[in-house]
Amino acid sequence: MNIIDRRPNPKGKSLANRQRFIERAKKEVKDAITDALKKRKLGDVDGGEKVSIPTRGISEPVFRTSSRGGKREQVLPGNKKFISGDQIERPSGGGGGGGRGEASAEDGGEQDAFEFMLSKEEFLDLLFEDLELPNLTKTKLKVSETMQLTRAGYAHEGTPANFSIRRTMRNSMARRISLHRPSPSEIEAMEQELKALEESGDTEGAAKLRLELETAVMRTKRFAYIDPVDVRYNRFDRIPKPNTQAVMFCLMDVSGSMTEAMKDLAKRFFLLLHVFLVRRYKTVDLVFIRHTSNAQEVDEETFFHSRETGGTIVSTALEEMMKVVQARYSPDNWNIYAAQASDGDNYSEDSDRCSQLLGGELLPLTQYFAYIEVGAEATLRHGFPSPPTDLWRTYATIAPQHENFAMRKVADPSQIYPVFHDLFSKDRADA
Amino acid sequence: MPDTKLNSIVGDDKILFTGPEWDFEKLRVVYDAIEDIAINEMGLDVYPNQIEVITSEQMLDAYASVGLPLMYRHWSFGKHFAREETLYRRGYQGLAYEIVINSSPCISYIMEENSMAMQTLVTAHAAFGHNHFFKNNFLFRQWTDAGGILDYLTFARDFVAHAEESYGADEVERTLDAAHALMSHGVHRYTRRPKLNLFEEQQREQDRRQFAEENFDDIWRTAQLAQATASIDEKAAEREIAAIRQKLGLPEENILYFLEKRAPRLAPWQRELVRITRHISQYFYPQKQTKMMNEGCATFVHYEIIHRLHEKGLISDGTLLEIMHSHTSVVSQPEFDDQRYNGINPYALGFAMMNDIKRICLNPTQEDRDWFPDFAGNGDAYGTLRYAWANFRDESFVLQYLSPRVMRDFRMFKMIDDAEADAIVIDAIHEERGYKEIRRSLARQYDLSRHEPDIQVRDVDLAGDRCLVLSHTVHDGILLDEGSARAVLENLSQLWHYGIRLEEVDVTTDRVLKTHEVSARH
Repeated sequence: MNIIDRRPNPKGKSLANRQRFIERAKKEVKDAITDALKKRKLGDVDGGEKVSIPTRGISEPVFRTSSRGGKREQVLPGNKKFISGDQIERPSGGGGGGGRGEASAEDGGEQDAFEFMLSKEEFLDLLFEDLELPNLTKTKLKVSETMQLTRAGYAHEGTPANFSIRRTMRNSMARRISLHRPSPSEIEAMEQELKALEESGDTEGAAKLRLELETAVMRTKRFAYIDPVDVRYNRFDRIPKPNTQAVMFCLMDVSGSMTEAMKDLAKRFFLLLHVFLVRRYKTVDLVFIRHTSNAQEVDEETFFHSRETGGTIVSTALEEMMKVVQARYSPDNWNIYAAQASDGDNYSEDSDRCSQLLGGELLPLTQYFAYIEVGAEATLRHGFPSPPTDLWRTYATIAPQHENFAMRKVADPSQIYPVFHDLFSKDRADA
Repeated sequence: MPDTKLNSIVGDDKILFTGPEWDFEKLRVVYDAIEDIAINEMGLDVYPNQIEVITSEQMLDAYASVGLPLMYRHWSFGKHFAREETLYRRGYQGLAYEIVINSSPCISYIMEENSMAMQTLVTAHAAFGHNHFFKNNFLFRQWTDAGGILDYLTFARDFVAHAEESYGADEVERTLDAAHALMSHGVHRYTRRPKLNLFEEQQREQDRRQFAEENFDDIWRTAQLAQATASIDEKAAEREIAAIRQKLGLPEENILYFLEKRAPRLAPWQRELVRITRHISQYFYPQKQTKMMNEGCATFVHYEIIHRLHEKGLISDGTLLEIMHSHTSVVSQPEFDDQRYNGINPYALGFAMMNDIKRICLNPTQEDRDWFPDFAGNGDAYGTLRYAWANFRDESFVLQYLSPRVMRDFRMFKMIDDAEADAIVIDAIHEERGYKEIRRSLARQYDLSRHEPDIQVRDVDLAGDRCLVLSHTVHDGILLDEGSARAVLENLSQLWHYGIRLEEVDVTTDRVLKTHEVSARH
């Protein structure tokens, strides 16, 4: 008998099969995900997702007998009151009534939905499958300042700190073996043997051995244990590393005109963008800037949940963002992304200042700036769009000159993902 | 442990383990004790055992590849994995304590989460119960080659991987999908098959690749031949066609075999894929036919062994109770009107029948003597059971050994549900005049050939458009499920490439009740 511990064996043997399965059901799974997105809070995006897909594309048909018609007999356990010859009314649901119950239950062919869990990675991969960050090429060229030391083999020269004992000893040993340098234990053995011979009085043998011993000792002196040619040092190269940190600015109007529903829309968009960035960059910092007639940097909780009163001056938020960038996020080291959400209200005198700040100063620094105008549903639903808002008009003048600026209107949670998809779709990134 | 006091009667020192934790040393000691009972007292004959400890994730993996340790890649295994995983993670379903593989050495997977008591149970159940059944039952001896299966699976996995590289994963997937759909019609039911030999398999596969097309043009040739002869003499042509039909081996019940040998437009690698699925299906065929006996045998063996271990004072009362708790839930049989009812539990019926055989051997009543004169009271329970395990399958086992006592215990009754009649009729119950009828009917329920639709390749339209004609023999007016039949035929046409007609023929009247058709694909 043999007991083998297989626990250290790699698990996830079915992973490849699982990927194939998801690949096959991709269309259905994607539909299910988009559906799920509409229904649930995006805050849950971090977890996996339970999806339920129709079995159409993934059924494994086999010949099986129909569950209706024909004459069936069956033996069942647990008789309580029947006697031979009893007639029972057929349960509704037609012939069979569980006839051949085993056969139809086993293959599961009659289920019309197949439910399973997607892991977080699978979920996000599918969610963002055909999306790409815009201007990524530029990012790489622009921000590749950080240098990293990487191992790059061995060198003959170097500082003692980089001395490679392992490699040196390897060379030394190879040389010693090839030159037949006697090892200390061999010499010791010869000395002992010599002593034994001398004691036994075998002068002839002793003389011969002594000669051998002398040769051996001479060899050990002639061939050094470690020779300068053995010595090696670890070599390091400095190679430039693409910068993998990003900061995401969330700007939002929190004045009285922004309703909870609007904030919720904005929040969904921000979260989607955040998850998307997290997949791309090692670290993503978040900066929340809210504004009414003045702007301040706040924490996430305050950002989404506290309400302020006052007018609306958008430029204050842009100024605040500029300040934060200058203080903490040098564009040389950080990829800067920004998303602004507003209902479009702005103090009309502020428009010039806004376009100047955004077009002149902020956009050149950022990788991408998205403006989302969250509208009350009524204004967009009736087929007669309300006239463009102040902020929309202002930004619309800047948009054509800047590729890294995008603006969209969103009125309903179900539009969030399509809009997001539209903004970051690969075609666009290539353009 | 609270039970030590009781055990002190027989002597604490003999107890092999206490507490739930297991380690390899304990496993070994318990294995030796079990082996002693199994071999020397029960007379079991087993393949060498290999016990492998795995984690629950690995158990899920094993589930998904139909319980085999190696398998080629296919999306359907991923689908099963996804389902099992979901059910397991949400707590709808526990995992099996073990999976055992019919191979030599016989591999039993046991989970690390099991307590030592459970490991004891599993060792007795799988490593001796199932193992003995695998080694001795005539179906397994005839149909499967325990020594060669692991090698063959390795070959299959590598071949599929290689085919994917050479011909594209999509093409391979399409072929496998189609072959999988016909898997239950890819077994030889009656003739004996030679044992698998890995070297020959590889050699044959190579030969096939080399002489690919030449060997399989029978159908082309006959088509021309038939046309030629038809013009001269119709009768002679008919004879000719009949001769060729015989040469093609028609009718053929093993659809996959027929496709592998005769499908005109399959590439050699596709034939090999068909062959692989066919072999795997064949490997599982005995298991399908002996599910109830196999589980019954394993359950009976563990029950006996555990009690012997306890009698000898080798396990504590607490361990016995823990094991019996698990045993009881395994052999529970919900009644037909219970929500949990899902057919007759093979563990329950198998165990009950085997336990009853033991009772009949050792302590028969007059009824038992009337029903089972050849072994009632013979005093050799294990010998009688070993004979039954070796020479029967579920159907014949029920027909031969189901006793009135078990029918009464299960309170079995037989009902007839005829779509033409107004009501369901209770035809027989567990009483003197019903026993025989119930036994006969239950045996038929276990007859695979009635369980799975009986479909054969009947003909190929040799003179015409090479349309493949299948026939389904309809018993009791039960037709095929329309939707799934259509889907399978679509799959089949991936392999056959020409039109296919499936006729459902009533077994008594020979009347064609229904026809399904799929046109040729181009």
